[in-house]
Amino acid sequence: MHPVLRTVLQRLGLGLLTLFIVSIVIFMSLELLPGGFAEAILGQGATPETVAAFNKEIGLDRPAYVRYVEWIAGVVRGDFGSSYAGLGGSIKRSVTEMIAPRLYNTFFLAIVTAIFAVPLSLFLGVMAALYRNSFYDRTVNAVTLTTIAAPEFFIAYILMFIFAVKLRWFYPTSTVSESTGFVEHLYRAALPAITLTLVIVAHMMRMTRAAIINLLASPYIEMAQLKGIPNREVIMKHALPNAWAPIATVIAFNLAYLVVGVVVVEVVFVYPGIGQLMVDSVSSRDMPVVQACALIFAATYILLNLSADIVSIITNPRLLHPK
Amino acid sequence: MTETEQKLKQAAKLAGRGKISRREFTQLALASGLTLAAANTMFTTAARAEPKKGGTFKLGLAHGSTTDSMDPGLYYDQFTGTALWGTLANSLTEIDAAGNVVPDLAESFEPADGAKKWVFKLRKGVTFHNGKPVTADDVVASFMHHRGADSKSAAKSLLDPVTSIKADGAETVIFELTSGNADFPYIASDYHIPILPRKDDGTADWESGNRTGPYVLEKFEPGVSCTFNKNPNYFKSDKGWFDRVEFLAIKDVTARTNALNTGETQYLHRADLKTLDLLKQNPNVAIFEKTGYGHYIYVMNVTAKPFDNQDVRNAIKYSLDREEILAKVFSGYGSVGNDNPIAPTVKFAVDPQPRHVYDPEMAKSLLKKAGLESLSFDLSVSDAAFTGAVDAALLWKEKAKACNIDVNVIREPDDGYWDNVWLKKPFVASYWAGRPTCDWMFTTAYAADAAWNDTFWKNPRFNELLVAARAETDEAKRAAMYAEMQQLVHTDGGLVNVVFNNFVDAHAANLGHGETAANWPMDGMKITERWWFTS
Repeated sequence: MHPVLRTVLQRLGLGLLTLFIVSIVIFMSLELLPGGFAEAILGQGATPETVAAFNKEIGLDRPAYVRYVEWIAGVVRGDFGSSYAGLGGSIKRSVTEMIAPRLYNTFFLAIVTAIFAVPLSLFLGVMAALYRNSFYDRTVNAVTLTTIAAPEFFIAYILMFIFAVKLRWFYPTSTVSESTGFVEHLYRAALPAITLTLVIVAHMMRMTRAAIINLLASPYIEMAQLKGIPNREVIMKHALPNAWAPIATVIAFNLAYLVVGVVVVEVVFVYPGIGQLMVDSVSSRDMPVVQACALIFAATYILLNLSADIVSIITNPRLLHPK
Repeated sequence: MTETEQKLKQAAKLAGRGKISRREFTQLALASGLTLAAANTMFTTAARAEPKKGGTFKLGLAHGSTTDSMDPGLYYDQFTGTALWGTLANSLTEIDAAGNVVPDLAESFEPADGAKKWVFKLRKGVTFHNGKPVTADDVVASFMHHRGADSKSAAKSLLDPVTSIKADGAETVIFELTSGNADFPYIASDYHIPILPRKDDGTADWESGNRTGPYVLEKFEPGVSCTFNKNPNYFKSDKGWFDRVEFLAIKDVTARTNALNTGETQYLHRADLKTLDLLKQNPNVAIFEKTGYGHYIYVMNVTAKPFDNQDVRNAIKYSLDREEILAKVFSGYGSVGNDNPIAPTVKFAVDPQPRHVYDPEMAKSLLKKAGLESLSFDLSVSDAAFTGAVDAALLWKEKAKACNIDVNVIREPDDGYWDNVWLKKPFVASYWAGRPTCDWMFTTAYAADAAWNDTFWKNPRFNELLVAARAETDEAKRAAMYAEMQQLVHTDGGLVNVVFNNFVDAHAANLGHGETAANWPMDGMKITERWWFTS
């Protein structure tokens, strides 16, 4: 079997196992949290009778393992169950229906950000390696380190203040709904996307720079330089191909962050993404929604890491053609 | 036009936005040659500009969660309350700006049999949004929705004293209570009990959002937004002025403020007190401040040591500087409490004497009376109870040292605070949104058998008076009884009422309104029904 295919299958199998373990861990941690959905929803107004009636209605009066087995059996069949919220009566809010629009918004923001941030950081990183220790290199480093060091909500507020409040180029809030058109969605998501770009560029850019500079001391690079190949070509043709593995890993890591870790930016810009949904659901102990979000997040990590590994294998002949 | 006339015209515009006082306006008007009476009329017309139809009203609210439900029994904060009750629906009665209960979907209500029986007559010709007329059967189904063993409604315990609800014809509903309750019409105004259409199986239809209110539901996205369009057939022709209403859940206060400042929204719920002075500088924004019934409190379990001694309790009540806490923690937006849970604006409210102020000598002498030299206790706090609970407790700790009292402030996690700390630990921070009547507030949190009796206080005289006052229809006698009860809570109870908080909101200056209600934030949560755009 081709080594790439074997790795993919192996990883997917392990990934499924990881997802299974993640689901158990999440379920148990939610069980350990004090209070339940009924108490969280009724808040100060909870009485023992209303809590009991509520728990009975959403099935929380049954033992935890029964609920877990039921839930996981549903998931295997592709049914993520119904949210505890809005259960009862004739309306069921299926988890899939709740998550789908949020997930779309999150992916939309992540993809828009990635389209800008990834080429930008690669370009900045290669240039920084090429002109290392120059004024340009130092400036780019200083600026990106500043943006990554500042908390993301701070960057968000500054951008909001300048571009939304003072200049009025963008909306201060990024509320979108299913009826929002593509162009308006893009326009509304612009400020969050710029914020996230500023947050992730430093990491990717510095890794690109470091990976390339690391290789510049290798004998084959020295050989190329001795042959009289221009510096630019040495880096693009000789160094970069061997630097892809670490770069791909850090890109995958940052893309995963864009999907699972942007709840602060979502809150500041009032962008209805999945992070906000998960935080809400954890605080109200809405187990089916939390579980589904956790699985999506775990799957995102697994798939992105897998892609990074595949890139490393493909760009490295020693891994691609093992003896 | 002369210069003075021009100034006067300008001033009238400012008066319309509430930016100029009557005195300033009158001075200017007199200078321009108007008579005093004419100036007065002119100011009143300008300041209370006639309601105008139209416009899209967008509100940025601090509340709203993805778990919000259409089920009125689960309405829980001001997002569900203002959008899904005040905008979408009506109850049988409502609370007006003066704090009185007035008919809403009901046309009239009459007590009988010593207030044990209440007869509500429904308004004629009112329809739900789908055109179906509102009948007595709908009202019965709507109330039954909160009752019964399976009920998970927040209004369940409120309706426990009701023994039967019957429809008498299509327009009359008769409620029978276990004992007389002169305040029952107030309970019918609760935002958990909107009138819902009855389904064929006899239960109430809460799912569809088909109600009677001034606006028709367009779309509800829990935790994100809720949009409405005008109900052209609304039964109050002088209410519900906007064409369209949109609620946005904006939890971040900076984002909420920016949204108002840039005109993205016209209403800011829960302004940031720290930056309020900056917000005031925006000429297109007006601040809306109202003292409600809500109060920030610390409650002790009077059955636990050392709080089982009345002198110790009173020593504690003298050991905190409420004025300082109000000024420093709440920036002065509120009024100091006097260990009485009844807000000054509620009917029959009194100010019990002696007022509990910061008095170290008094606290020490009360401790001595209880046979103690000094006192130390744990105080469990979290900002989940109210924002500022931790800061206020720390200020208290500092000031209490002079009274030989050591307040050991324990910071509890916000998450699960109401489950694990409130009603469990002996001395905790808490909050009550308040209730529109003495009886309702006392029955909820101070009656011996109340589920939420968070001070575990069981005063026989108080509980005897509670039942007697409830059924009493003579106003003077009731007033005397409620005065005595408030005094009892003040002197004997386990309540430390720090402040009555103000609702501090802000809105676009071109919004107009009449006198506003105090029972809930946002004009009794009926802002969309009662307010309008002036331009």
